[in-house]
Amino acid sequence: MSTAAKMATGNVTGKSAWHKYVFTGAVILLCLWVLVPIYLLLVNTFSSPEDVSGFPKSFIPNIDTGSVEFFLNYAGVGQALWSSIKVATVTMILSIMAGAPAGYALSRFEFRGKETFRVLVLMTRAFPLPLLALPLAVMYLRIGLDDTVLGLALVHTMLALPFAVLITFSLFSGIPVELEEAAWTLGCNRFQAFVKVILPLVLPGITASAIFAFVISWNEVFAAAVLTIENRTLPAFLLQGLGNAPLHLKFAGGAVLVLPALLFIFLVRKYLFSMWGIANR
Amino acid sequence: MAEIRINQVAKQFGDTHALHSIDLTIADQEFLVLLGASGCGKTTLLRIVAGLETASAGEVWIGDRRVDHLAPKDRGIAMVFQNYAVFPHLTVFENIAFGLRMAKLPQSEVEKRVNRTASLMHIENLLKRYSGQLSGGQRQRVAVARALATEPEVLLMDEPLSNLDALLRMEMRAELKTVLAESKTTTIYVTHDQVEAMSMADRIAVMNKGHIVQAASAVDVYRNPAAHFVGSFIGNPPMNFLDAKPLGDGWWDVAGTRVKGPVGGQYPALQLGIRPEDIVVHDAPSSAHPDSLSATVRVLEPLGSHLLASCKVDNQMLRVVLDSNASAKPGDQLHWSPVPDRIRWFDPATELALP
Ligand SMILES: Nc1ncnc2c1ncn2[C@@H]1O[C@H](COP(=O)(O)OP(=O)(O)OP(=O)(O)O)[C@@H](O)[C@H]1O
Ligand SMILES: [Mg+2]
Repeated sequence: MSTAAKMATGNVTGKSAWHKYVFTGAVILLCLWVLVPIYLLLVNTFSSPEDVSGFPKSFIPNIDTGSVEFFLNYAGVGQALWSSIKVATVTMILSIMAGAPAGYALSRFEFRGKETFRVLVLMTRAFPLPLLALPLAVMYLRIGLDDTVLGLALVHTMLALPFAVLITFSLFSGIPVELEEAAWTLGCNRFQAFVKVILPLVLPGITASAIFAFVISWNEVFAAAVLTIENRTLPAFLLQGLGNAPLHLKFAGGAVLVLPALLFIFLVRKYLFSMWGIANR
Repeated sequence: MAEIRINQVAKQFGDTHALHSIDLTIADQEFLVLLGASGCGKTTLLRIVAGLETASAGEVWIGDRRVDHLAPKDRGIAMVFQNYAVFPHLTVFENIAFGLRMAKLPQSEVEKRVNRTASLMHIENLLKRYSGQLSGGQRQRVAVARALATEPEVLLMDEPLSNLDALLRMEMRAELKTVLAESKTTTIYVTHDQVEAMSMADRIAVMNKGHIVQAASAVDVYRNPAAHFVGSFIGNPPMNFLDAKPLGDGWWDVAGTRVKGPVGGQYPALQLGIRPEDIVVHDAPSSAHPDSLSATVRVLEPLGSHLLASCKVDNQMLRVVLDSNASAKPGDQLHWSPVPDRIRWFDPATELALP
């Protein structure tokens, strides 16, 4: 029965049914949009080199871990992975340490130039990274920050900071000032009130924005490629190492890159939901 | 000893003057009610005393300390917020215990006080819940309990009972009053419910547009309003005001009738103020009441205990409280006179009562 026929039979139910179709359809489409590439990535990763370029594929491939094993034993992958984790962790810490206080100040205090500051924070995203990366590389060379975890993490922090500031700003704004004030009248100083009342309430959101920073750093490739040589992060390493590699190895590399990020997001998904204001039930 | 002295306190928010030079002293252990219409500055004044807002000018003293520059926690106050501000991440128990834990009281004392204040506010069965699982009225009672539990010298309450049903509110009113009297707390209590104000207050401070118009006992505020605003804000129905023109020698022309009033030629006009229940209605104009006034009945509202008649006198509104089985009908002529010693006179130029 077509939708039109269904709508003709009952106006009232027809409308809600129509909504349901559109909704379900949209959900399926979005899920496919995300899941199909991941599925293909995984299938090809676990296929033998011959199957990768073959078509059509069987839905469940014959598991062949050859590519993955080869890839993981490939010299430098472990170290790149480790570098990635280090850089992303430092980025996460730096952007929360700088971003959360800024977000708090924006939401709680009135100061001159507040609006300008908010716009400026966003403006930093308007500069294309290539434009910044080259002068930065030169400067880093001069001051000895080139090819270091900290140096790259600083650049990644710059990329993640606007999000950290704006996300924490909206988190703090969502918490009524009166809660803090009530704590003050009950014997807290500003710091104690923050720790006892505000922090527990924003912690999920802070975690989410920290993870966001982590993922931004994890995925960033341009600055990583320009600014590091020995301490390559995984994306930069893959870009360099797999450029001319056979297809099946590229897939394996892609999977190694995607899986940790996926896993990470999966573990903290309830905080992400609360960050976007969806109740975490 | 916690007398509160507010000297010349003013507050501006940008261009808005929320408070104009407030002077108010609240005696030790007094229960002062701040009463006024929405937006008149009650919350602002309370927040200045609490230290949550900085006054643009003036001084605040609690006891013998000037507290303007002290943080809220150093002022010996507790506050109940207009929007409750119950901590959502803590249970009701921990909410009430919050101030006690900050004061580092031993666990046994904390439990004792929490249980006592909770049963006082009838929330002892909610102690394990979170604020998200409470109704507005329950949340409000948690907020009150949290403030009471700390046993402060000064308690500041911003419409703490506004969200309760009439019956519960009446009960809470009585209990709060008793507890606060026993605990020797100095209280500032904000409300815009005049019945609440009248029933609880040792003294009522009536506020209007950032001024304190009158601070006096409930009876005084009702009987002797210091200004036109107080008369029209307090009392339900409010005081009646009728224009008066001078006839000389202390006689005034009110709606065509001679009424004895203040002597003195300095007023080009006055207003006569009379409460609706201070009006005597006569059956007919007679020689016994040569100076009675007449009014045309417009609307009658039977209110159970009495009948409220809204009338027109010389194109001015007059409300009269009649006996509940009075036989008046709309359109009737009513002959009435004010009870002489209940008449109050107001200067329309300053809107203040004559001394
Ligand atoms: N932070 C602020 N910024 C600007 N104006 C403010 C601020 N706080 C209060 N005001 C203004 O000051 C005036 C007094 O406000 P206040 O909250 O004290 O009123 P209120 O008497 O408590 O009213 P209600 O009975 O509605 O609670 C109002 O006109 C209000 O708009
Ligand atoms: Mg208020």
